[in-house]
Amino acid sequence: MQPDTFFTRPPHWQWYIIFYFFIGGIAGGCFFLSALLQLFGRRADRPIIRLGYYIAFLGAVISGILLVIDLGRPDRFWHMMIQSKTGQPMFKYWSPMSVGAWGLLLFGGFAFLAALGAAYEDGRLRWRLAGRLAERPLSTIIALAGGVMGFFLAGYTGVLLSVSNRPIWADSSWLGILYLLSGASSAAALLILLSRRIPAVADVHGLERFDKYVLVLELIALVIFVITLGSAARAFLNAWGAVLVFVVLAGILVPLLIGFGRMRQFRGRTLTAGTAAAFVLLGGFMLRVVTILPSEQVRVVGSRVVRP
Amino acid sequence: MAEAMGFFTDTTVCIGCKACEVACKNWNQLPAREGGQPEMSGQSYDNTLRLSGSTWRHVKFVEQFDAPYEGRWLMLSDVCKHCVQAGCIEVCPTGAIIRTEFDTVVIQSDVCNGCRTCIAACPFGVIDINEVSGTAQKCTLCYDRMSVGLEPACSKACPTDSIQFGPIEELRKRAGARVEQLKAAGETRARLYGADPEGPVGGLNAFFLLVDEPEVYGLPPEPTLPSRNLATSAALSVAGAAVVGAVGLVTLRHRRMQDVAEKETTSEEQAH
Repeated sequence: MQPDTFFTRPPHWQWYIIFYFFIGGIAGGCFFLSALLQLFGRRADRPIIRLGYYIAFLGAVISGILLVIDLGRPDRFWHMMIQSKTGQPMFKYWSPMSVGAWGLLLFGGFAFLAALGAAYEDGRLRWRLAGRLAERPLSTIIALAGGVMGFFLAGYTGVLLSVSNRPIWADSSWLGILYLLSGASSAAALLILLSRRIPAVADVHGLERFDKYVLVLELIALVIFVITLGSAARAFLNAWGAVLVFVVLAGILVPLLIGFGRMRQFRGRTLTAGTAAAFVLLGGFMLRVVTILPSEQVRVVGSRVVRP
Repeated sequence: MAEAMGFFTDTTVCIGCKACEVACKNWNQLPAREGGQPEMSGQSYDNTLRLSGSTWRHVKFVEQFDAPYEGRWLMLSDVCKHCVQAGCIEVCPTGAIIRTEFDTVVIQSDVCNGCRTCIAACPFGVIDINEVSGTAQKCTLCYDRMSVGLEPACSKACPTDSIQFGPIEELRKRAGARVEQLKAAGETRARLYGADPEGPVGGLNAFFLLVDEPEVYGLPPEPTLPSRNLATSAALSVAGAAVVGAVGLVTLRHRRMQDVAEKETTSEEQAH
């Protein structure tokens, strides 16, 4: 017997949404990591903190653009925020897309303020008001509020998928936490990769250690996610199953083996923390692909359920 | 609120003429597919194959022909079920999907921005994007006709009364009597789908009489609301955020301890 979710219709959420989920996750994760380092780190962390805030702001802008152009009617994007017929605010706390639209807007605001502060600190901006943003108590408030919103942005996308009736997405409640963990690991990986180009960065061992722990959690969440799918896991009984295995191997296990020093060379090439980070990013992106596209391909044609 | 109105579709008298499909397209001025070019499914006598943003009625053909002269041909005129608890209304972020005074579910095309979250939320796969308007569309149960006391175009056009329109309470009684009649005539598999107000999604205002399991007709046996996952999924994500936060703090603490240890070693070396 087919699961009930197999009798539904795909919403045509494809590449724009996949890239949004990936970039949004990284943006949220980067803000959180920068905020954490700002609040509890050391002076030498400043360059990486600023880098994280820049990525968060850029990610929020790209996310907004991707979401608007994915709409059937991009000119009506503001209907998410304002009731078009009454002019009243539009907000439904029980609709993840409604909460998500407001969440992205708020996150974008905090990321903008944090990026302004960072630009002042960097000497790229000589606006005194921006300088205030880089000082306490404003910087602390922005870090705390933006950090919480960063978590929200990384995780709500999975919750949004689960609050549907589509195969895979609605068959497990673990997609939100999985995306959140993946957002955190991908963000740390991107910071590790990019910080290699910034001479002022002292070291990224802390980020590497953080990434390892989060990857272990991600692996556990992914296993539970697949188990909780139950009979809906049959949507992976095709080439997508191989992609899922690839995500586990390349996106989680290989970086973990490199990170724990169990894999130092491959065909004569030295595997560094940078290699591990690149694999984590690839895995994070492919995780979105492998959780979205197989579901998109299940549909009812006539009276029959068709799946790839 | 006016009386709850809806459809009772008796699949046993559907002859697959598709007059409902045509009447619906005609009245609602829905565009043809592929600019009106004939398009054959190549796998069925049914060439429409699915409901869509521009096909709000679709006669499903269930063709069960395993061997020559042995087979069964079931037909079901599918449509939006106008759920009493509607998943599409739950998730719509723009407020475009509303419940009308007739207890039906209508998407306001001038409000919808085509985010498509309702498509994923519908437990029946009814809603889709209308390529012309760029918005999500589906059956309105001919809200414009009902508002002036007319019956919907599809039920008006149905030549066998397979599609019946009326107050829900009256339709339920009629449907119950029809099931009893069929059972008495030997069709013991006759059953109603969606007529029970205590059933899944609070019952359907467009319900069906079937003579086999719902999945045979491409209908979910136990349709559910998308919000069933909301609390668990959100709680798990919050827990995940707390754990990641804790991991971050532990990592920083570990680094600080290393820094202190290094400093002590350096100062000891300097002392020597």
